Amino acid sequence: MTLLAVDELRVRVATDDRTLQIVDGVSYEVGEGRIFGIAGESGSGKTVSVLALMGLLPRGASVTGSARFEGDDLVAMPAAQLRQVCGREIGLVFQDPLTSFHPMLSVGRQLTEHLRHHYGASRGDARGRALALLEEVRIPDPANAFDRYPHEFSGGMRQRIAIAGALMCEPRLLIADEPTTALDVTVQAGILRLIDRLRRDRALSVILITHDLGVMSALADDLAIFYGGRIVENGPATELLAAPRHPYTRALLEALPHPESGRGEPLRGIPGAPAQPGSLPSGCVFHPRCAYAVDSCRTEVPPLRRLGDRALACPVDPFAP
Amino acid sequence: MSALEIRGLEVSYERRGREPVRAVVDASLSVGRGEIVGLVGESGCGKSTLARAAVGLIRPTGGTIVFEGRELPALDRGARSRAAARLQMVFQNPYASLNPRRRIGRQIADALAILGLADREERPRRARDLLERVGLPATAASRFPHEFSGGQRQRIAIARALAADPSVLVLDEPLSSLDASAQAQIANLLVDLSHGLGLGLLLISHDLGIVHQVADRVCVMYLGEIVEQGPTDEVWARPLHPYTEALIHAIPHPDGRRFMPEALPGEVPDPARPPSGCRFHPRCPVAFDRCTHEHPALEPVVDHRAAACWLAAERALMRTPGTAPRAVEG
Repeated sequence: MTLLAVDELRVRVATDDRTLQIVDGVSYEVGEGRIFGIAGESGSGKTVSVLALMGLLPRGASVTGSARFEGDDLVAMPAAQLRQVCGREIGLVFQDPLTSFHPMLSVGRQLTEHLRHHYGASRGDARGRALALLEEVRIPDPANAFDRYPHEFSGGMRQRIAIAGALMCEPRLLIADEPTTALDVTVQAGILRLIDRLRRDRALSVILITHDLGVMSALADDLAIFYGGRIVENGPATELLAAPRHPYTRALLEALPHPESGRGEPLRGIPGAPAQPGSLPSGCVFHPRCAYAVDSCRTEVPPLRRLGDRALACPVDPFAP
Repeated sequence: MSALEIRGLEVSYERRGREPVRAVVDASLSVGRGEIVGLVGESGCGKSTLARAAVGLIRPTGGTIVFEGRELPALDRGARSRAAARLQMVFQNPYASLNPRRRIGRQIADALAILGLADREERPRRARDLLERVGLPATAASRFPHEFSGGQRQRIAIARALAADPSVLVLDEPLSSLDASAQAQIANLLVDLSHGLGLGLLLISHDLGIVHQVADRVCVMYLGEIVEQGPTDEVWARPLHPYTEALIHAIPHPDGRRFMPEALPGEVPDPARPPSGCRFHPRCPVAFDRCTHEHPALEPVVDHRAAACWLAAERALMRTPGTAPRAVEG
């Protein structure tokens, strides 16, 4: 079952002197109880494409296309209704929990105000629910943690608390934007295991945004690779990572050190720099850096074609099985 | 002989009315010419403090730093000694370490001028040569830092460090603010510079994966101490210290095989109040009685390898090569 269906989503941002196309016709589906991964380098539009769904972009950004969440279109929805739907049904977790928490308010206050606002829960009910969730995300001594302040916790513990906060209203969908990027690897591993457990225990759908394909490999069921505001490849994560078909996906994976590869093998960087909004190349946005580009890549935008489980925006398809 | 030799380095931060924080405790390491030494550890382990002390940006509270055969004097009234100029540092964020309002060529020429390494007329040409050495076009000299991508800016920062004709570069997280594709390019550049120019590199990083790919030797730090060192391949294949092993098992594998990394229980303790005995014992899966009260020093275990663990000798004998991922429920 599909929980969220995004179709031809576009985001334009007007600056003083020009209009930037940040997201350019992105379509994907998030299944119930599945983890949908959005991967890409900085500036690829991965975060903006998700903030756009929730109406969290600054004024001046125009969003078109549709995003059907349980049948309702989030993009077309009036702002007040969108706030209701997002507040109750969608939980958000950001990279750095220290900046997403208010430093002067206790953890308990911040966990409960959401529930009290959206459901009018009593103070006692909200507290009970917060304590149960703190327990569920494995915060030692929840009753004590409830009265403490964000700075009193380590980065990993803060991220656990942020996840508890995102789950307070029992959302159907959790959006996690680089949830482990600011953490050390040994702490990251704990958060990955937590997200995996919550997803299984609660049949939660998750949109996981990260540049880290190792994290994707551990968690994602489905994976979309973003480049220059478009999806270049999309499909089941295990297959996509084991046998990438788009030249960009392949290049990105080859640029990474692999724990099982031999030392001294040079890494393969991708020539050039990632495409940035405002200076996007014509045709396929990856063509200036692509070793397989043909003439048509320079002029024609390749559509995302469905090929079995996979979808691919590359007419050359040099890695077809 | 090593180009840079750090012996028994100690850095303590004094705090009014409280116990000082020992950020670096009795750390020894050496970097030879043409050698890449990785220094890895998680946040707060003291690796950046060690790096800064190594180049004289922080005054150590103990130990010695011998550079090119001579003991490096501590920072003197804010100025580094002339002898230390051949020991250069590259920082994490090139956008912060480059002057945004000065053309690239000028910034590199400044370094040459300060050190009196080239005549005034010769400096622009030297600057262009250095830019080409790090893989940028000579025309970059007339442009400003904001006109470049993160990876290119890191190349510029490296070119400026090379202007001093260094024998050793200390690089503090030079790759961590870069995207994967740029990271690979800069990592390859570092290997190329080290081998091509006979430069010694001390590469500080939290990313054991990338260090494994480029470093000849690796030192692992935990809570202010070097707990293991040795040739990278061997440390990677057969970690002697349980902390090194935990670090390796925590790295995700980007191969689509759904490997779930392993977490380390507990939290990094407060460095102002380190645990008794082995500093790692409260989180160590194989700790026993002795670890709680006796502190293991970094001792040689087998050829070229040292570890600070009571079980290191036993682990060296018992363990077979290869670190097959183990599946553990979270």
